[in-house]
Amino acid sequence: MITPPPVNWLSLLPGLILTVTGLLILFWDLWMKPEERRLLAWLGFIGFVAAGIVSVLLWGRNESAFNGMLALDAYALFFNVIFCVVGAMTILMSVHYLETVEIQPGEYYALLLFATVGMVVMAAATDLIVIFLGLETMSIAVYVLAGMWIRRLQSSEAALKYFLLGAFASGFFLYGIALLYGATGSVQLDKIATAATTGGVSSLFLVGIALLIVGFGFKVAAAPFHVWTPDVYEGAPTTVTAFMAVGVKAAAFAAFARVFLHTFGSLHAEWEGILWVLAVLTMTVGNITALVQRNIKRMLAYSSIAHAGYLLIAMVAGRDLGGAALLYYLVAYGVMTLGAFGVVLAVGRQGEPNEEVSDYIGLGLRYPVLGAAMTVFMLSLTGVPPLVGFTGKFYIFSAAVQAGYIWLAVLGVLNSVISAYYYIRVVVNMYMYEEGGKTIEALSARPALVTAILLAAVATVFMGVFPSASISLAKESFLPPG
Amino acid sequence: MEQYVPVLIALILGGLIATAMVFASAILGPQKHAPVKEEPFECGNPPSGSAWGRFSVKFYLAAILFIIFDIEVVFLYPWAVVFRQLGLFGFIEMLVFVLILAVGLVYIIKKGALEPA
Amino acid sequence: MVPISYHLVLSGVLFTIGVMGVLLRRNTIIIFMAIELMLNAVNLSFVALARHLGSLDGQLIVFFVMAVAAAEAAVGLAIILLVFRGRETVNADELNLLRW
Repeated sequence: MITPPPVNWLSLLPGLILTVTGLLILFWDLWMKPEERRLLAWLGFIGFVAAGIVSVLLWGRNESAFNGMLALDAYALFFNVIFCVVGAMTILMSVHYLETVEIQPGEYYALLLFATVGMVVMAAATDLIVIFLGLETMSIAVYVLAGMWIRRLQSSEAALKYFLLGAFASGFFLYGIALLYGATGSVQLDKIATAATTGGVSSLFLVGIALLIVGFGFKVAAAPFHVWTPDVYEGAPTTVTAFMAVGVKAAAFAAFARVFLHTFGSLHAEWEGILWVLAVLTMTVGNITALVQRNIKRMLAYSSIAHAGYLLIAMVAGRDLGGAALLYYLVAYGVMTLGAFGVVLAVGRQGEPNEEVSDYIGLGLRYPVLGAAMTVFMLSLTGVPPLVGFTGKFYIFSAAVQAGYIWLAVLGVLNSVISAYYYIRVVVNMYMYEEGGKTIEALSARPALVTAILLAAVATVFMGVFPSASISLAKESFLPPG
Repeated sequence: MEQYVPVLIALILGGLIATAMVFASAILGPQKHAPVKEEPFECGNPPSGSAWGRFSVKFYLAAILFIIFDIEVVFLYPWAVVFRQLGLFGFIEMLVFVLILAVGLVYIIKKGALEPA
Repeated sequence: MVPISYHLVLSGVLFTIGVMGVLLRRNTIIIFMAIELMLNAVNLSFVALARHLGSLDGQLIVFFVMAVAAAEAAVGLAIILLVFRGRETVNADELNLLRW
């Protein structure tokens, strides 16, 4: 008789809620009348909220489940809440948008939930293969989501590019896992960590680490593995772009940081050099290329690459100093980027996406609320105090300085200065010119989208002015090693 | 190596029977040639068009769906090997797995992906 | 018995062929096949290492990788079909609607 390992239902609960909701949506969609389809959005929204609440209720637990494959710890729960909030915000932004671009809502919401299941698995996984499965669950769902705007040729092209490069990267990632398995005899993170500290490091081990960096580098869009990002972000439906820019990046960093800061923490000296170069390259390429972009989705894509660079600085700073800064900045980046994409959605209308930066001319004068929100997001992305982008960058750069990476911090600050140009240009466009510009669809017809934008704006301001609560939460989620 | 002997015997027997049947039908059966009989067989229809023509996308759809359900069976094999040792728990686990696949199947049937083109 | 290094080298060679295929070929279906080759090269490593280490983990992993590869194949082929319907081409060089 084989005794199966004890099932820790609590560790699965957030993921299970999302899975079941996704299956329900898929099923319900088959039998419901087309005009009732908006209900699916609310079902998905409830699923995300429920999973988020459950994650909050589970707070304080620190358990290992399924023979050390999954962890139910503060780190996983912290990320669960991020993913659920991102998912819920994406749904708020999608309700009206899907009708204008004629995307089937049933499949869309179900895939959104399934992608989030993958993210939840990635954040909780303490086994490289489980991370791989989570990564693929998320990625495969997002490949499809990127191509769901069937009438737009760019959307399917984006899906194809994302798919080919994503699958290519997961090949490297998997090969890295195989080499680590060969070097240490296990794919479990704690066993690998023990092998790294006791048995010394073979060349097989180091190549494995390098391949993992390639795999993660693709998913977080770090240069030089970033080439897919602008194309995919531009071609995909805007709500999916927002979801990718925030959710997928957070999930990739969740697994990246757990593997590198916890498991390979003792090998910090081996990989910090690579990540140092990646961080500088990513920031610089992202910011410099963003300067010449005219399409705002493309500009935000390069901006998201640049922000991946800042996040890599936190990784280089190491677990004790950079860990909490990484989590805090991920949240900060999440709210301001979601908000910015929300405004991009609000400006677009059916058959007329209005995605050029020049389409924003005079917008702030004609739509003061929208203009104010966009100003908040752009200033926050630049890193202007007292907004959340500033506090986040402050924590990251001071962590880097404390860890002794003065140059890295200096380069980071220089990059922030460069980035001011393209972010402020949007604000200038919105307020300085009155002539030309576009009229947009009435915002009162899209209450869900407006709610999402306002929530993001309030969070951007509030967390920037009162950072202590969220930073102590981030510290609490990172510090117990596990 | 001894445990492979039954496999070897089965292989030889299978080969012998198959060869015997082919030869038996060639020797015993009456041989009549006719132009219609010489044509390549295509489900009883007269063959039409080139073999390299493009197929309808519908067939690709069926093939893609086939791949997924085909590969999921891979999980049933190791499960089946230790089915008795796993007991009720393993049975229920696999039931859940198959149920999720069934949801997918119902979905594609309902969407009409398996309707003949 | 064949030494483990033979398997690992073979797997490395196959993986490299896959990578070269992705980088050099222009037909997206061939690129996709090259990616599948990469995954299967890794599978070979896993099986060889599982045998070498005397642990079942590697063999189990292969099952999961196969399932993932199948899901990826289904989605990938569907996306390629979608692109072909819209553009009448699967050549990577001609997919240039998105560029800066």
